[in-house]
Amino acid sequence: MLVSLSRREVLLAGSAASFVLAVPALASPEEMNEAIRRFTSGAETKAGRVRLDLPPLVENGNAAPLAILVESPMTEADHVRRIAVFNERNPQPNVITAHLGPRSGRASLSTRIRLANSQRITAVAEMSDGSFWSGTADVIVTLAACIEGA
Amino acid sequence: MARALVNIPKTARRGDVIEIRTLISHEMETGYRPGPNGVLLPRDIITRFTCTYNGVEVFSAELFPAMSANPYLVFTTVASESGTIALTWTGDNGFSQTETATIEVA
Amino acid sequence: MRLPGAAALTLLLASPLGAEIRPDERRSDFHQMSPETRAMQTDDTANPGMLAVLDGEALWRAKAGPAGRSCADCHGDARITMRGVAARYPAWNAARGTPVGLAGQIDICRADRQGISAWPAESRERLAVTAYVAHQSRGMPISPPGDPEMAAARERGGRLFTARMGQLDLACAACHDDNWGKRLGGTPIPQAHPVGYPIYRLEWQAVGSLQRRLRNCLSGVRAEPFPYDAPELIELEAFLMQRAAGLPIETPAVRP
Repeated sequence: MLVSLSRREVLLAGSAASFVLAVPALASPEEMNEAIRRFTSGAETKAGRVRLDLPPLVENGNAAPLAILVESPMTEADHVRRIAVFNERNPQPNVITAHLGPRSGRASLSTRIRLANSQRITAVAEMSDGSFWSGTADVIVTLAACIEGA
Repeated sequence: MARALVNIPKTARRGDVIEIRTLISHEMETGYRPGPNGVLLPRDIITRFTCTYNGVEVFSAELFPAMSANPYLVFTTVASESGTIALTWTGDNGFSQTETATIEVA
Repeated sequence: MRLPGAAALTLLLASPLGAEIRPDERRSDFHQMSPETRAMQTDDTANPGMLAVLDGEALWRAKAGPAGRSCADCHGDARITMRGVAARYPAWNAARGTPVGLAGQIDICRADRQGISAWPAESRERLAVTAYVAHQSRGMPISPPGDPEMAAARERGGRLFTARMGQLDLACAACHDDNWGKRLGGTPIPQAHPVGYPIYRLEWQAVGSLQRRLRNCLSGVRAEPFPYDAPELIELEAFLMQRAAGLPIETPAVRP
């Protein structure tokens, strides 16, 4: 379907879009904490055992490499059940939730994530004993000078 | 069908922890981005990934719009026996794709 | 973040055009990237551009057109027959009397050998086959052809490279010859050698051609971008390949 838009209509649509984007736009640290509480069902999260690697400076927020390694023997009796990654500045606090077990051999995960802005990323691991552990990383996203459509 | 790039060792010793590396072409449209006409493009993402080893799930993940386009996932599993490792990505708009690889465990 | 960019821009606007990059200082923009982005390119299992290469491999073997003919039916195993080819493009096409880029040559093959229409510019298929063919030259030095006709095309491309354009009145050379290595906003200014096209650009979240990148630059200086496959873009590419002569092909390169 071809729709021809007048310049005025395009401008109006553009301003409507910026309005939509500006209002519910980005999550907040509070929303992230709320998402973490949902993940832990309100249980306490202790800092430690979770190593979260993100480069301190990211050239483009569309693909920031992230690696997680949780200290765990990964045995039947003592292993990581889940690892979840949260952010505080994207439109939505969740990034990924992974399910692991003794057959994982190692509690590690690497991926690439989107960062709307410079922010702190948090990874939380749920252990087989029901405890929760977390690690964080601060990332600065540099703004590209010459982006398409700029 | 989306193009997928899967790296799984063809052989391993029993008990080895092997690394599975996956890459699949998918735009992962967030649902937060306006199209050229200013209207938000509807969300179209992969929402779930599973890995089974001879039919038993050994790893899975829920994916959100904050995952990069062309999702890249690296994880591990213990080489327990010879057989088939199957990777399945499912998502919005009925997206579903499975890739399989065989592994020889000695 | 905006102010330093504006300040750098003011410098660019004020400075006169200088000299070309010394041959011993010539290097791929790969070396200016973060270690993480470099790793994304060099590890084939992590490089999203490899998805396009794999797509291209499948298309290379796919029979198409009324004769049901594939690229492979004429050219055989691309790993052998296409090795070094991308390092020599754009090339002079005597039959058409015009310089032709690699994607343009694929269009010609489709028209003349397969009897089908060209894929649109920046379509998944055209980028994929171009990436697959160019990937066969990875590691080989860029070696522009010696035809006199190509020399003329390169000269025209070189004039475009140094011509001030757009509302910002900037020439390509103002950034990429005179100020490479400095920063514009938060980003280093690259020498801008077309060593790895089609590239996977993190900003695009996709694979794209040199022409897409050049059109970006043109709209960046607020100039009217040349349309896809315009002779000017091919001539600029021919000039840039000469300027990058000797640097190894990296396709599929990853860039921020």
